[in-house]
Amino acid sequence: MSQIKERIDFRANTQRVPPEMPVAVQKATGRFLGNRAAVVTEVGEERWEELRQAAREVRSHALEYLDFYLAQLEERVTQAGGHVHWARDAEEARRTVLEIAAQHGVKRAVKGKSMATEEVGLNRALEAAGVRVLETDLGEYIIQMAGVGPSHIIVPAVHLTKEGIAEIFREKLGAEVPADPLLLAEIARAKLREEFLAADMGISGGNFLVAETGTLVLVSNEGNGRMCTTLPPVHVAVVGIDKVVPDWESLTVLLQLLARSATGQKITAYTSFITGPRRTQGENGPQEFHLVLLDNGRSKILADPVARETLLCVRCGACLNVCPVYNHVGGHAYGWVYSGPIGAILAPQLLGSKVAADLPFASSLCGACEDVCPVKIPIPKILLHLRRRAVEGDAVEGAVAPAALGLGVRASALLFGWGWLYRVCSQLFKALAAPWGRDGWLKWLPPPLSRWTQVRPFPVFAADFRRWWRKRNSRE
Amino acid sequence: MAIKAQLFITCLAEQFFPGVLKDMVAVLDRLGVQCEFPEGQTCCGQPFYNSGYQNRARDIARQWIQVFGETEGYIVSPSGSCVSTIKHHYPELFPSGSREYERARAVASRTFEFSQFLVGELKITDVGAYFPHKVTYHASCHLLRALGGRDEPKQLLQAVRGLELIPLEQEETCCGFGGVFSVLYPEVSQAMMEAKAENIEASGAEVVVAGDAGCLMNIGGGLRKVNSPVRAMHLIEILARKGGYQ
Repeated sequence: MSQIKERIDFRANTQRVPPEMPVAVQKATGRFLGNRAAVVTEVGEERWEELRQAAREVRSHALEYLDFYLAQLEERVTQAGGHVHWARDAEEARRTVLEIAAQHGVKRAVKGKSMATEEVGLNRALEAAGVRVLETDLGEYIIQMAGVGPSHIIVPAVHLTKEGIAEIFREKLGAEVPADPLLLAEIARAKLREEFLAADMGISGGNFLVAETGTLVLVSNEGNGRMCTTLPPVHVAVVGIDKVVPDWESLTVLLQLLARSATGQKITAYTSFITGPRRTQGENGPQEFHLVLLDNGRSKILADPVARETLLCVRCGACLNVCPVYNHVGGHAYGWVYSGPIGAILAPQLLGSKVAADLPFASSLCGACEDVCPVKIPIPKILLHLRRRAVEGDAVEGAVAPAALGLGVRASALLFGWGWLYRVCSQLFKALAAPWGRDGWLKWLPPPLSRWTQVRPFPVFAADFRRWWRKRNSRE
Repeated sequence: MAIKAQLFITCLAEQFFPGVLKDMVAVLDRLGVQCEFPEGQTCCGQPFYNSGYQNRARDIARQWIQVFGETEGYIVSPSGSCVSTIKHHYPELFPSGSREYERARAVASRTFEFSQFLVGELKITDVGAYFPHKVTYHASCHLLRALGGRDEPKQLLQAVRGLELIPLEQEETCCGFGGVFSVLYPEVSQAMMEAKAENIEASGAEVVVAGDAGCLMNIGGGLRKVNSPVRAMHLIEILARKGGYQ
């Protein structure tokens, strides 16, 4: 996966969804949502709402003073013996990591789960430079073998069934193994252990960056994260600039919400705090720690007063879990690394409307995402903002929708603008449709409404309220 | 003095569910509310707003505000979705503090979805309806989330004599209508609609009630397609019944 240039065709992608996929996805998302509901009840609705509000304020504050906290972060990471690199875009991020790898003669790298490195297409760049990269998060390990990108922010292989995973293990590893998650994990663990010990470089992402101490925070349920960040002699973390939080007090608010929102856990199995490299020879940990701070369009998002709330996101994936669209199409339909409602607002901003204008329309605007979001991102509002950007254009980008469409819309707006025309048309449609109606339904309509009738019948046009109203009033 | 309600009938209900509108008048009549109908109304502009055409939506909003701004009393509608456009989107269409913005806010504050008008404003849950059937309820997204109307429709249904309210699995999951979404991505809309229809059929209800014309077009059409015996009805149609289906 990398930054793509071709237009994402959401409809074509949804037409390619294998039938077993939504079942696998819904099994996982259903479990996460059930667990989430239970822990929210346990915390108490009122306390939960207070936490959400507090988290929102913490994140908003961090974004408001992002320049200050990033400078503080850089200073503290450097004080702790780490190196900070600034990457304006994906290309700079890749080049930075490649340079570090070259300096240390890195041949083998192990990676922990990271959306930022997926976003910049780091693996491919490293492979091209002759570095063997191995994903070590179980889900990432599986999709790396399968040769696809993540289909969920926190569960990258959520689209696969255990049978499908066993098949990949058979094909890629030559392992004859039943479709049993424990046995599959056992095989992966044995393979990965050797790799951790042999790797020259560990690569990770980051869930948060604590500015006051220069600490990288990793939240995970698998031990691979700690292996990647402690065993190899060099640790490189690639983290979006939006992940910075002021202090540990802010962090505690966010940590209370993250796991609960994501998987319904009170806390994940591992929460790692990494402040620089090891300080003495006797300590565990890498000799060098590099932090690559990735902008890649984030400061542009920050400049947009409506859309900037996109950056409040803590990547819990709850909006994916609750989204009925995501649950039926899975992550790959969104065509890039970020999927679901957050992907639908993030991708068009990072990739531009020319590439990703379909995505803001890939929502029924039901609003379930906003309700479940731990930092209360108004996702539907931002979807509408980006729809507008695509069709009318705004200060950030020009319109990408065909101008002819705009003319058609202008014409149909006239229908509603002139009351008499609207009333004439409603009687006209009623008369035209009447012969074709069966028990109040039409089986077929011309394009574009044929896209409705291919799925279910359309109700007959039946406007007679105005006449009824006039009759009723003349009686009185 | 009688409470006055300006009927905001919405274009979808006018075109496809005129029976719901007549029933709305019947129920309001029964409750002693004086109905008025501003004839100049057409559409609130939501299809344009939700498709991204905010400039077109603004033109239509101006006209709507003109038509309803001249009236007095409550503005009542059988659609949570259209009401949420008036309440949440209209003020966003005009610069904060401008005269148009203030007018938009003024009409928005008078505008109510039908069930919220009854329960929240009139403080009425029992409208004297009789409907001896098994009924399940689908929560329409915008009434539920944009307007916070989780309980009102159910309170009204529970007060209907003879009615047995059956819980619906995934009651609050979108049915897949989504306006322009249903036409842009018919395959996804279909998957969502079919999941909804399966849950409705599995509930064992004779009737599924929703609070918005869009949901009724989608769910009703979906049930019709599979020749389901379950009927999709608007909440107002139930509240108007004095007995039986018709």
